Amino acid sequence: MSRLTKLFAVFCLSIVLSGCNAVVMAPAGDVAMQQRDLILISTFLMLLIIVPVLTLVVVFTRKYRATNKEARYEPDWDHSTHLELVIWAAPLAIIICLGAVTWVSTHLLDPYRELGRIAPGQPVTPDMEPLQVEVTALDWKWMFIYPQYNIATVNELVAPVNRPISFKLTSSTVMNSFYIPALAGQIYAMPGMQTQLHAVVNQPGEYRGISAAYSGHGFSGMHFKFRGVDDAAFEQWVTKVRQAPDTLDRARYLELEKRSENVAPMHFASVERGLYTAIVNMCVERDKMCMSEMMAIDARGGLGLAGIGNMAPALYGGGERNRAVFGPQKTYVAAICTVDEAIAMTAKLPAIGAPNAAPFIGAGLRQPSMLQAAGATGWLTGHEHFNQTAHAAIL
Amino acid sequence: MSNTVQAEPGEKLEFYDVVSHEHTVHGSTQIGFWLYLMSDCLIFATLFAIYGVLGANFAAGPAPADLFNLPLVAASTAALLLSSITYGFAMLDMNEGKQGGTLAWLGITGVLGALFLGFTLYEFAHLIHLGAVPQRSAFLSAFFVLVGTHALHVLFGIIWLVTLLAQIWLKGLIPANQIRVQCLSMFWHFLDVIWIGVFTVVYLMGMLR
Amino acid sequence: MSSDIWTFIFGRLSWDVIPYYDPILVGTFAVVLVVGLGIVALLFKHKLWGYLWHEWFTSVDHKKVGIMYMVLGLVMLVRGFADALMMRLQQAIAFNGSEGYLNAHHYDQLFSVHGVIMIFFVAMPLITGFMNYIVPLQIGARDVSFPFLNNFSFWMTAGGAVLVMLSLFVGEFAQTGWLAFPPLSGIENSPASGVDYYIWALQIAGVGTTLSGVNLIATIIKMRAPGMTMMKMPVFTWTALCTNVLVVASFPILTAVLTLLALDRYVGTNFFTNDLGGSPMMYVNLIWIWGHPEVYILILPCFGIFSEVASTFSSKRLFGYTSMVYATIVITILSYLVWLHHFFTMGSGASVNAFFGITTMIISIPTGAKVFNWLFTMYKGRIRFELPMMWLIAFMFTFTIGGMTGVLLAVPPADFVLHNSLFLVAHFHNVIIGGVLFGIFAGINYWWPKAFGYKLNEFWGKISFWCWVIGFWVAFAPLYVLGLMGVTRRLRTFDDPSLQIWFIIAGLGALIIAAGVAAMAIQFAVSILGKNKDWDTTGDPWDGRTLEWATSSPPPQYNFAFTPIIYDNDAWADMKKRNAQHPTQGFRDIHMPRNTWAGIVLAGLSVVLGFALIWYMWWLAVLSLAGIVVVSIMHTFNYDRDYFIPAEAVVALESKRHKPVPAGE
Repeated sequence: MSRLTKLFAVFCLSIVLSGCNAVVMAPAGDVAMQQRDLILISTFLMLLIIVPVLTLVVVFTRKYRATNKEARYEPDWDHSTHLELVIWAAPLAIIICLGAVTWVSTHLLDPYRELGRIAPGQPVTPDMEPLQVEVTALDWKWMFIYPQYNIATVNELVAPVNRPISFKLTSSTVMNSFYIPALAGQIYAMPGMQTQLHAVVNQPGEYRGISAAYSGHGFSGMHFKFRGVDDAAFEQWVTKVRQAPDTLDRARYLELEKRSENVAPMHFASVERGLYTAIVNMCVERDKMCMSEMMAIDARGGLGLAGIGNMAPALYGGGERNRAVFGPQKTYVAAICTVDEAIAMTAKLPAIGAPNAAPFIGAGLRQPSMLQAAGATGWLTGHEHFNQTAHAAIL
Repeated sequence: MSNTVQAEPGEKLEFYDVVSHEHTVHGSTQIGFWLYLMSDCLIFATLFAIYGVLGANFAAGPAPADLFNLPLVAASTAALLLSSITYGFAMLDMNEGKQGGTLAWLGITGVLGALFLGFTLYEFAHLIHLGAVPQRSAFLSAFFVLVGTHALHVLFGIIWLVTLLAQIWLKGLIPANQIRVQCLSMFWHFLDVIWIGVFTVVYLMGMLR
Repeated sequence: MSSDIWTFIFGRLSWDVIPYYDPILVGTFAVVLVVGLGIVALLFKHKLWGYLWHEWFTSVDHKKVGIMYMVLGLVMLVRGFADALMMRLQQAIAFNGSEGYLNAHHYDQLFSVHGVIMIFFVAMPLITGFMNYIVPLQIGARDVSFPFLNNFSFWMTAGGAVLVMLSLFVGEFAQTGWLAFPPLSGIENSPASGVDYYIWALQIAGVGTTLSGVNLIATIIKMRAPGMTMMKMPVFTWTALCTNVLVVASFPILTAVLTLLALDRYVGTNFFTNDLGGSPMMYVNLIWIWGHPEVYILILPCFGIFSEVASTFSSKRLFGYTSMVYATIVITILSYLVWLHHFFTMGSGASVNAFFGITTMIISIPTGAKVFNWLFTMYKGRIRFELPMMWLIAFMFTFTIGGMTGVLLAVPPADFVLHNSLFLVAHFHNVIIGGVLFGIFAGINYWWPKAFGYKLNEFWGKISFWCWVIGFWVAFAPLYVLGLMGVTRRLRTFDDPSLQIWFIIAGLGALIIAAGVAAMAIQFAVSILGKNKDWDTTGDPWDGRTLEWATSSPPPQYNFAFTPIIYDNDAWADMKKRNAQHPTQGFRDIHMPRNTWAGIVLAGLSVVLGFALIWYMWWLAVLSLAGIVVVSIMHTFNYDRDYFIPAEAVVALESKRHKPVPAGE
């Protein structure tokens, strides 16, 4: 048994170390690299206690087997204060170390935090403008909007190497998890909410991007190619996308949003202004009230009894959608302002009208000030103010 | 750390209980029922948590201040609180062995409970008539389910109470029935406590918000 | 007009929902039909229905209820494991453009139902079965506090299992994963019957679980034999107490949250919808506030089993009883403070993630202490390598490694790359198979002679042991590797051919486990049907230390003719050491609860209610609900619930069984 386990451990380790496609162990982006290091550090810390325990199991079971009459037998020996101290203190010591590592690394590698460096020893400089990507998980494909370039793609993501990437993510219907193992850890994309992810790719190449959270029938086909390219190639690629015949406006989006599986990459030469904001606010349909508007109204106490009847006719799919057997026909709260007005209003608000998420996540603690103060770790805090409270924009 | 009881030398320990130590028939009923109430309390805790989180999501519809009628709620609260007192009187009579008094007070308790239920149903009917249906917003969903779950419990309590009336009528205040009256008492007072929570969190705080 | 009548009677049930187009399901159905009919015919032939009804189905004897739980768990284990094999096969062949042999509709049901069955209808019944059977014996009680409730709880659990099995042939099961997160499980995205099966199966089983939790807590608190203070309770009873506290304090949350999901689906409320103010995040939070304690509900009793096994087979007192008890309590409390680690990746803040990550790691401290305690129980002992002890050693290796990967996943940034990956899948199988299942197998081999009066066959037991242990590592080590290769769970097809070899190895591992399952079935068959049984005439085949070994094997229905008095936490070892003599006279009438049909009838009506709600047969729902109310009220009018076993009958029974002879006599 024990020999078998060891054999397996060696076997697995050799496979992992040989790096055969173990992308998590040999990623191409700085963030994923730090996460990899953290896995190794944690594993090492735990092996400090696991290895002695497993060794003792082998030693004790061999030595105190019933057939070995040589070994001491003390049937009533059941307590030793010293030993008890050790067996509680040893795991405690490991967990204190690991806890410290966890606290610091969780803050440093928080996906919402803007990058402080693009590689070890290469801090982000003010002239590096992060590439903005607005990600929408659709049934069952990924849509990427590049607001700085006013282009969009489906199931194809291209980014220049060594330039920070700032993702904003949402979803159209169900929860998905945006995950490019070579680039950085995953983050969920959820309807009516917005999450964020900051990452950088250091090595050019083609990598796999997936949805890591099961999202229904077409889930297995919901993957895309992520390419890290140099600046020139990226510009070329942008130019190519701009020449695509298709453009992305609200109508095209509503068509695209419909369920489809194993979708080939698509390019859109231009994107209607405010489309992503409308997606997050679930008001791509023009007669639907935006979430930001609704939340602003709710914060002022709703619309009273008059608001009861302010429902949109079941135009856009409302009638086709499945409804609860005892529920009314599914419909939506009708818009009061035009969508553009609502979006304009939204634009003035900080973050997308993020509500107080405290009921879910608590106010949170401030980052330890030593991290902010220490000059040597200046890159940790990022070049912009690090907003602790704007996590989990649960709309 | 050995927990062994050491026998004095020469002392003979009894290892088997040869004298009768039968567990009383209903020895565990009260604690068991109390545990059930705690589990039920957690259901309400979950519903309160839901109400706490979703209670301000009006979906551009009506808010508590537009819908609730505090005098009505005050009346139904009074009915329920009063029913707890009358249940107390039933318990007192039961402890003195007065079957008639127990039945009468239990009956009054049931009527007050039904009155409370009537108020709740009236309120629901009124809201639905206005169009403030549970499907309109998360706030209304949470409201209807929290208050409705409490009302369902009261309904269950009334059914139990009527059953118990019949059983006391048939069998008298035998120990098996006494323990049932005690359990229903715990249940009834428990509903009172929950209602005080509902009254405060949903109605009072809703009107103040 | 006739279609209206059809809709009224059958709701949305129609021939279209019967999956006759799926050859796999038709084949399964044929096999189930043949085997089922065969069993029914055999029961009729041997006129066993009356026996089953009177001696088992309506029995309130905690031992019989316990055995029924175990049978349910083992039967469902076969079903859940068959699902696992199908998934392994699909993943091993669906490469290079091949779609494999399962379509998405079927495959998505498979992984959902596999999780649901393994947790709710395998692990839960098996541990509840142990707690039912062993706890009253260990505390010297005659039965549980509420014997009728016990029977009812079992049938509710079985009722949930019936609904899940029904979904195989009528309609479909949820295609949402085992926790059915909205919005995917909402009516808009899952309009068919699958999620409704999920909801009502779990609701019905959940009622049973909660009530059984209440029952066992009351039993442990109120029914202990004289002298057994809390700190003299056997460790298994302690873990059972903590587990049931967790049950009572967490299952109501599941009940509430599933009710709200059901309301969203049936009535159109907006708790977990995307629009009109609903919040799917709320569901995720609430279900994990139940879900995390749930895994401790499963593992704690297994820790208890291993504690009993460690001290019995090392012929030595358990090392660090007090710290063992406190470790259990600490785990119980901490299990409520870690739920968010299941969704670090949903965008909670860094401080929140770090907090929940660290609380998760803290749980490993008491767990580590427990491992050390078992270790030092073996130290200076005389270890007998019987089957339960072998399972303990396998557990210590497997579970420790599973615990290590668990702590790794508790580091949020590491979780970002490992969450939802096959690494995670390997981790929780590592702790659930290596912890819970191994514990259950240790318990089965340990307590079988107590329940049936003879030991299980050792040869087939060892074959099963090695197949399970080796098979486990061959099946799940590749998943760890695949997880590090960035492969996530619940995928049906793959396009990277370099992954295939790992899935094939994992599939072979699953086949080795299948051999283990088969060997275990043979072990049971050989032991039950074999001529040369290893009879246990003393009631104490392993030189046990706790009270269950103080009575005969199998115990009489009243467990103990005389309630034992306890002076030490290894009560039976103490009695043997001090040469306690069982009285030979002075028997008295014994007060026992009567059997009742109410439990099985109520649970049956609940299944009908669930089925009616799933298929929108409203008349049937109303009728069965009314039936439940009426039967419940009728049951309360039955005051004749107990009887006395006359002293003469006790004397006759006691003289037939071998008196437990204290060791050394």
